[in-house]
Amino acid sequence: MLAKRIIPCLDVKDGKTVKGVNFVNFRHAGDPVEMAAMYSEAGADELVFLDITASHEGRKTFVDVVKRVAASTSIPFTVGGGIGELADVERLLNAGADKVSINSAALRNPQLINDIAKNFGSQVCVVAIDAQFENNEWICYLNGGRIPTERKLVEWAVEAQERGAGEILFTSMSHDGVKTGYPNEALAALHESLNIPVIASGGAGTMEHFKDAFLIGKADAALAASVFHFGEINIKELKEYLKNNNIPVR
Amino acid sequence: MVVVIKYNAGNIHSVVHALRRIGIDPVVTDDKELIQKADKVIFPGVGEAETTMKYLKERGLDTLIKSLTQPVLGICLGMQLMCKHSEEGNVDCLGIFDIEVKKFVQRNKEKIPHMGWNQVESLKSDLMRGVTEGNHAYFVHSYYVPLCEYAIATTDYIDKFTSALHKDNFYATQFHPEKSGDVGTKILENFINL
Repeated sequence: MLAKRIIPCLDVKDGKTVKGVNFVNFRHAGDPVEMAAMYSEAGADELVFLDITASHEGRKTFVDVVKRVAASTSIPFTVGGGIGELADVERLLNAGADKVSINSAALRNPQLINDIAKNFGSQVCVVAIDAQFENNEWICYLNGGRIPTERKLVEWAVEAQERGAGEILFTSMSHDGVKTGYPNEALAALHESLNIPVIASGGAGTMEHFKDAFLIGKADAALAASVFHFGEINIKELKEYLKNNNIPVR
Repeated sequence: MVVVIKYNAGNIHSVVHALRRIGIDPVVTDDKELIQKADKVIFPGVGEAETTMKYLKERGLDTLIKSLTQPVLGICLGMQLMCKHSEEGNVDCLGIFDIEVKKFVQRNKEKIPHMGWNQVESLKSDLMRGVTEGNHAYFVHSYYVPLCEYAIATTDYIDKFTSALHKDNFYATQFHPEKSGDVGTKILENFINL
């Protein structure tokens, strides 16, 4: 059986991961390479690194991080943050990333999805969507959730798929950080409308939330950050729990 | 000397990194003489069958690969190109494995490509030594090899298909051992130790 994937997401600033400070017996919490090794060992199926640096210098440092992670890690990883054009994608793939995640750039210039798919294949192109539920609709946002657009979640996801996206990474701004569970209805709606995998993101607080994202939301993968970084959920235990609930995991 | 065949396919880096992690520093080349002299040859690949076959033919790499007598490991597209024919671009391939590469057809809302970690079963051959039935490997593909006499591993997605093959000195995996964690590392070590 194809396993449901568990994906820790790491924010990288100036070459260091931020947040991951609460690990027990973990000496270099800020080193992306060590974090990758630790999560890989713990049973993570994939990793996502988001560059949250704004400066040009920081972007260059991030490429070095990608190179180091690629050399040391034996599971797939996606990188995102600050990708604006095809040249950025090429640089990150050449540094060894398996996939790139694009967000605002895709909304601003949807042709970028076609270009990535054509040049590197759909399998490298993850389209990330930040959306918020308001007036009974899921509205897509730009710039890390700061600028609303006219786009609706499902309509935009379907267009992204048609343009060649390989996966959709959907973050609910209404759920992110509040740990009340993933937006399962919206996830199920995406599953119904798409033929490509959907990664649930934003809202995980308990193991049950992961179970619901897979069983009710029909998600193919679930991404989380703080519950893993702060040791609130152990990936090995999470996988054991999911297995006991008849969800296929690695 | 371990050679990784260089051609117009993506992500050869990850194979090189994986080999370095097990202490092998491979030569990445399309030089025929070097490929011929190698102890082990790896034929990786992410890409599209028709354009890649054309590229190999233009450089005479197609006949060279077929004629190799040392252990050869094809990965993903490399594996598919070692078969007789592919539905991807309806193209004749190397014909090392006398079998047709087919496109996945959705039956019950399965996602295509088959992407992620899936189990390998019915394991045979030295390549799979130390891998346990039901272990997971990492896959990304839209075309597959049906069950056949060369199978040394099978995987279930929509139907059971062949996820690794072996014939004489030729080995091949549909999954990416270079991205398959400890299981993949084991398989690469097995190949190097053949």
